[in-house]
Amino acid sequence: MSTLEIKDLHVSIETEQGTKEILKGVSLTIKTGETHAIMGPNGSGKSTLASTIAGHPRYTVTSGSITLDGENVLEMSVDERARAGVFLAMQYPVEVPGVTMTNFLRTAKTAIDGEAPALRTWTKDVKAAMEQLRIDADFAQRNVNEGFSGGEKKRVEILQLELFKPKFAVLDETDSGLDVDALKVVSEGVNRAHATGNMGTLLITHYTRILRYIKPDFVHVFVDGKVVEEGGPELADRLEEEGYDRYAAGAGVAVAPAVQA
Amino acid sequence: MTDITTEKARIGAPSAQPFINGFTEEGESLSPINAGDATTTTAAPAAGPLGGASVKSHSHGGGVGVPDSSRAGRLTSYNLADFKPLTGLEEDWRFTPLKRLRGLHNEALTGAAPKVSVNAPEGVVVETVGRDDKRVGTAAIPEDRVSANGWENFTEATVITVPAELQASSEVSVLINGSGTEASAQHIVIVAERFSKSVVVLDHQGTAVVSENVEIVVEDGAELSVISLQEWNDDAVHASSQQAKLGRDAKFKHIVVSLGGDLVRVTPSTRFTAPGAEAEMLGLYYADAGQHLEQRLFVDHAVANCKSNVLYKGALQGRNAHTVWVGDVLIRKEAEGTDTYEANRNLVLTDGARADSVPNLEIETGLIEGAGHASATGRFDDEHLFYLMARGIPEDVARRLVVRGFLNEIIQKIKVPALEERLTEAVERELAASEH
Repeated sequence: MSTLEIKDLHVSIETEQGTKEILKGVSLTIKTGETHAIMGPNGSGKSTLASTIAGHPRYTVTSGSITLDGENVLEMSVDERARAGVFLAMQYPVEVPGVTMTNFLRTAKTAIDGEAPALRTWTKDVKAAMEQLRIDADFAQRNVNEGFSGGEKKRVEILQLELFKPKFAVLDETDSGLDVDALKVVSEGVNRAHATGNMGTLLITHYTRILRYIKPDFVHVFVDGKVVEEGGPELADRLEEEGYDRYAAGAGVAVAPAVQA
Repeated sequence: MTDITTEKARIGAPSAQPFINGFTEEGESLSPINAGDATTTTAAPAAGPLGGASVKSHSHGGGVGVPDSSRAGRLTSYNLADFKPLTGLEEDWRFTPLKRLRGLHNEALTGAAPKVSVNAPEGVVVETVGRDDKRVGTAAIPEDRVSANGWENFTEATVITVPAELQASSEVSVLINGSGTEASAQHIVIVAERFSKSVVVLDHQGTAVVSENVEIVVEDGAELSVISLQEWNDDAVHASSQQAKLGRDAKFKHIVVSLGGDLVRVTPSTRFTAPGAEAEMLGLYYADAGQHLEQRLFVDHAVANCKSNVLYKGALQGRNAHTVWVGDVLIRKEAEGTDTYEANRNLVLTDGARADSVPNLEIETGLIEGAGHASATGRFDDEHLFYLMARGIPEDVARRLVVRGFLNEIIQKIKVPALEERLTEAVERELAASEH
C-alpha cells in the first residue's frame, strides 16, 4: 500500500507578464487501489498539477508538498520521480528522433527496475501489451511517437503504463482527441493496470465521457487552481448534466449551485 | 519550499544564447567573416529542372563573372591562376569562414605535408611518386581555388594500386598524421583496377593545415570502399577534394566521417563514365562548439543506367558549432535510366549550433528510373529530454540514446568491424564532452 500525498500545493509559472500563480493550495491524497478523477474547465490548473507531480521544470512550486510514502517528491529529479513509481501519461507526447520504440521501452524499463528485463519474457510482454492496445507490431521498429496519430500516441502512453507498472499513474487528458473506439481501448488498458491492485490512479479529464469506462472512487472539481468540490462518482454524473457553469461565479470558492438558465 | 536541482532547472529554461554571429535565421546572408559588403544570395532551389544552359564545356563552363546555375558549369582547372582570389561571396564558399582557412586559399602551401604511412594487405601496391607520374590527374581536376592551390604545391603523391582481380584480404589503412600548422599540400591517388575488391581507410589525425587532393579511379567491374576519417586535433584545418571516376559496372562506396578539427571541408564527387555503375556516398559528422564541418558533394550522372544513393547525417552541439551539407546531383541529358536519391539529416542537440543543408537536384532528362532528395534538421530539445526522463531514464542516458540511434545508421554501413567499434567509441566521447 502506497500513498501519494499533495498538501496545500501552490505552483506558479513565468509568463511574459510576470509570475503567475496557477495552483492556489491543492490538497489531495491518493492511495493504492484508488481512482481519483480531477475534472474542471479549461485553464483551471488540472494539467499543471499533472506536470508538477512529474517534475516539469516549467512549473515552480512556491509552497506546499508532494510526498510518496513520506518521501519528498519535490526534491527528486524528473527521472528519480519516475523510478520512485510516478508515471505521467502525457497530454501531448513528443516525438523523439533516433530512438526506436523497442529500444526506448527496454531502456526505460531497465532504468525503472534497476536491472534489464529478462529478454524472453520482456519481448513477449511487449508484444502482448501491444496487441491488447491494438498497436501494430511494426510500431516497435519506429521511432518514439514519430509520425504517430494522436490516438496512436495515447495508446503508446498506456502501453508504457502497462509495461512499467508504476505505483501511481497520472493520466493527463488521455481521453482528449480520442474517438469512441480508441477511448474504449485506452480505458481497458488503464483498467487492466488498475486491476493488478498495485496502482493508484489520478485521472485528469475535461469530459465525463471517459468516466463511463473508468470508474472513479473520488471526483474532485478544479476551478481556478483550487478544488472547489469533492465527492464520489455521483458528482461526475451531476457534472455531466450541469457542466461547469455553476462554478463560474465562484472564483475558486465552493458555492452553492447557481441557478442556470 | 521547493528545492529544484540545477539539473532540472536547466531543462526547459529559455535559451540565453544569442544566435550565431553573422548568420541570419534564413541562412542566406553571408558571414561578415567573409563579406566586405555582403550581398544577399538566395539559396539554390531545393529542386529544379535545369534548362539546356547546363550542357556546355565540361572544364571551363562557368565563365568569370557569369554565374552559372548548373553544377556542370563550374570552373575546373589544374592552374591556380585560373581561380580568382576568394572573397567568400562565391556560391561554394559562402558558408566557409575564410579567415579560419589559415592561408590554404591565399598562400603558397610550403609546409610539410602530413606524414603518410600505409598498412596494406598482400598484393596491394603502395608507391610514393613525383608530380610527373602519369597517374596523377587521371581522376581529378580541381574545382575550387583551395584544391588548385594544393595541386600546384604538392611535391610528392602516394599512389595506392589494387591490382586487377585482387580481392584484398583486409582493408588498406592509410594513416595521414599531421604535426604542424604551416599550410601544406597533400596528394593521394587510389586506383582500384578491373574486378578488384578492396576497402581503403584514410585516417586523418594530428594537427595540420592542409589542402588535400584525393583521386580515386574505380575501373570496370571493381568494387571499392573509401572511408575518409577526420579525427584531427582541435586546431587542424583540412580541405579535401576527393574525386572518383567510375568505370563500367563499378561499385563505389564513399564514407566521410568528420569529428575533429577546427575547420574541415570535404568535397567528394563521383563521376560516372560508363553505364552500370553504382555509388553510395555516406557521411557522418559531429560538430562541437566552435567547429566548422562542411561537406559538399557532387554526383555526376553523365552516362545512362547508373545508380547513386547519398545519405549524410550530422549531430551538432555547443555554441557556434556549424555544419554545412550541400549535395549536388546532376542527371545529364545522356543519363537515361538513372536512379538516384540523396538525403541529409541533422540533429541539433543544444542551442547556439547551426546546420545548413542544401540539396540540389538537376534533371536534364525525363527518362529516368527515379530521382529524389530530402533534408531534415531536427532538434533534441528539453521536451524530448523531459519525456525520456519522465520514463525514468537519466539525462546522460537519454542524450546518448538519441544520438547513438541517429548516427548508428551510418556507422553500421562501414562494414569494417574495428572501425565501426572505433567510431562508436568516438561518438561516445563526443557525447561525454557535452556533459558538464
